[in-house]
Amino acid sequence: MTRVVLAVLAAVALTGCGAQDEPSATSGAVSGEIIVFAAASLTESFDEIGKRFEADNPDAKVTFNYAGSSALAKQINDGAPADVFAAAAPKNMAEVTDAGNASDPTTFVSNTLMIAVPAGNPGGIEGLADFADDNKKIALCAEKVPCGAAARKAFDAAGITPKPDTLEQDVKAVLTKVRLGEVDAALVYKTDVRAAGDEVEGIEFPAAADAVNEYPIVVLTDAPNAEGAKVFVDFVLSDEGSAILTKAGFGKP
Amino acid sequence: MRRRGRLPAVLVVPALVGLAFLVVPLAGLLVRAPWTTLTDQLISAEVGQALALSLVCASLATVLCLLLGVPLAWLLARGDVPGRRVLRALVTVPLVLPPVVGGVALLLVLGRRGLIGQHLHEWFGVSLPFTTAGVVVAEAFVAMPFLVIAVEGALRGADPRYEEAAATLGASRWLTFRRVTLPSIAPGVVAGTVLCWARALGEFGATITFAGNFPGKTTTMPLAVYLALETDPGAAIVLSLVLLVVSVTVLVSLRDKWIGGVS
Repeated sequence: MTRVVLAVLAAVALTGCGAQDEPSATSGAVSGEIIVFAAASLTESFDEIGKRFEADNPDAKVTFNYAGSSALAKQINDGAPADVFAAAAPKNMAEVTDAGNASDPTTFVSNTLMIAVPAGNPGGIEGLADFADDNKKIALCAEKVPCGAAARKAFDAAGITPKPDTLEQDVKAVLTKVRLGEVDAALVYKTDVRAAGDEVEGIEFPAAADAVNEYPIVVLTDAPNAEGAKVFVDFVLSDEGSAILTKAGFGKP
Repeated sequence: MRRRGRLPAVLVVPALVGLAFLVVPLAGLLVRAPWTTLTDQLISAEVGQALALSLVCASLATVLCLLLGVPLAWLLARGDVPGRRVLRALVTVPLVLPPVVGGVALLLVLGRRGLIGQHLHEWFGVSLPFTTAGVVVAEAFVAMPFLVIAVEGALRGADPRYEEAAATLGASRWLTFRRVTLPSIAPGVVAGTVLCWARALGEFGATITFAGNFPGKTTTMPLAVYLALETDPGAAIVLSLVLLVVSVTVLVSLRDKWIGGVS
């Protein structure tokens, strides 16, 4: 038995990053590397999901690439080797499906925006209206990433013209600026505020209801490890996966 | 004293491969450039704004590097400081440090809550992140080692006997530095300055981390290229070409003017 395991391991190593589907040693479990491209806002929950998945499938290794959804869509369309794509907005998923690199994505969670301020709220932020104040340091996502597009919708709904000092590339970069206290306020997802713990305080605002983001997930057409990818997506959609996502602050789709 | 004869293939082949490796990607930009919409893209306000900001910031960063870097190079080459080797290694740290890490380090020191930045903010109301000054600081941090290394190399290659002669004639060290040392290492300083400027012009990681991204304030050309790449690859190529043409033009003209003999 040990020999078989060693042989499988060697084969995986030789074929390089699980580029081929290895027959699984134990029935029902998958093996090889599963490469998941996921929106930055999914970082904490997918890390947790990945750990549980690997515990259930000891022969599988899940590798995550977290970034802004638009950057990931571009990488996938440029031929980056990936098995699964989880985007923070249908628009970025559409870029991939329109290019023929995936079809029939499933919406698995939704996320709401929240105002994030550094612990203690040094800028004295009270609501969305403070984002129009030139004297406050404000960070937002660039409009092409989902959190930026959602922020735009929220500001439009509230009739506010924000005065940002920086437009960051993904929601985690925005959050970092809040954590370090470099900005007085930022618009991020509820899940990011929760993930940041004590360093960041969240403030709810009414217009957030007009800018709910739906997250689609899909197995990519050219997935090097299609079997593993499908099992991983099923795990994300399972009760166990949903529980982890709900705990992180995600809403039902 | 040139030796005639056939060039050895063992050198020529890798040299040509090396040349192709450096040049072919540039050709790729040219091939894929959206020539039909090129003029529209070029006259867009965004390009002009980003280019102007890039040139201004890179030049200011270079001035900052000259003011601080030349004395630093002198100290490393001529000063009798203990632990010079360690100092020299420390100076080159920004060369090996991923620029994004450099940006984080700058935030932790010069940010609003940074070690020094919090005092700047309290006492003078100055806050560097998200400002054009922040871009200059980030670029100078990354580019200065190029200048220091070039100038230090020139200083170590220069004959110290001229300086000693000046000293025996009664010149102070400052006078010697200005009138003897500096003119003798001028080509090295110019080469270092050009390298430093070029590095500053292309700086991306430290800039976006420390200074953020806002059009007209901190969005330099490399940031604009990165942003455009995700939404409009054609525009990204145009921006890259503009940056390429401008930098190559400046570099070539400077080189011909100042260090033509060295090429």
